[in-house]
Amino acid sequence: MTNSVELRQKLVSAVLQVVEQHAEELTSLDQAIGDGDHGINMKRGFEAVAADAASLTSKPWPEFLKGVGMTLVMKVGGASGPLFGTLFMTLGKELPPEPTSADLVKAFRAAIVAVQGRGKAEPGQKTMLDVLVPVAEQLEGGNLDLGALVAKGHAAAEATIPIKAIRGRASFLGDRSIGHMDPGARSSALLIEAVADVLKEVA
Amino acid sequence: MSCVGIVIVSHSPKVAEGAADMVRQMVGPEVPLAWCGGDPAGNLGTSVERILEAIEKAWSEAGVAILVDLGGAETNSEMAVEMLPEDRQGKVVVCNAPIVEGAVIAATEASGGSALDIVQRTAEELSPQ
Repeated sequence: MTNSVELRQKLVSAVLQVVEQHAEELTSLDQAIGDGDHGINMKRGFEAVAADAASLTSKPWPEFLKGVGMTLVMKVGGASGPLFGTLFMTLGKELPPEPTSADLVKAFRAAIVAVQGRGKAEPGQKTMLDVLVPVAEQLEGGNLDLGALVAKGHAAAEATIPIKAIRGRASFLGDRSIGHMDPGARSSALLIEAVADVLKEVA
Repeated sequence: MSCVGIVIVSHSPKVAEGAADMVRQMVGPEVPLAWCGGDPAGNLGTSVERILEAIEKAWSEAGVAILVDLGGAETNSEMAVEMLPEDRQGKVVVCNAPIVEGAVIAATEASGGSALDIVQRTAEELSPQ
């Protein structure tokens, strides 16, 4: 049990670190096609999670994830709050206290479906779904290799560059959204990398 | 029967307050009214926490209609509605309408004692179908 508390603490620190390191980059991606607050919002959200880490990480996986999601919903203050919040909250709802990798794969898909509903978006519209869905498909195809997942996430984020935005603020730009990476896709790929790096250590 | 309440949610506190001023000029105090704008740090944005507070402030047994500006305001408002106690969830709607005109027309409809679905429909008639 102590082990899983430690693992949750490592995950919280790793995710905060990656969001802090890339906050400026995320904001500049968002300035190009959105409202320029994605980096600062994500940073604020995960700082709030880290500030509450002692209490959050002492809880079992489902409550921990629900707590992380709820903190993001309340603290982020952009559309990314409810979107990433819904992702984590649904993972918490779907996972048993001692999840297997099969549970994770299933819960990840359920969380994506929930995010899709929250954002009323489909894959292919230049959103975070364009990273989450290909990663889920790779997992469901039985490839659980963490390095391959991270690579898939980053490649999928890159692949949002030529897409024309259909959902979110970027859709106001129409064709002018083409040629920029979606900030939510980039942050999703970064979060996947941060989580995978921690899991690699313990695997 | 009490009037439907109106909540205005903008990324900008100034827009939200200004729209609320316009509503107040049109209808009397019988329409419960609340607004919020800005993210938790006080920058442009919206906050689920503040939306929940605004719903509480404008609460009416007849329900509450929320008017929003851009995407994040809508997503955060929908999130806030889902976080309400179950008996209140069905009594709060997010209107697909322009924020200023929608708020004024919804409040005018509400002041006549119309039910929540009529208030919502009247506001949404302003949006291109």
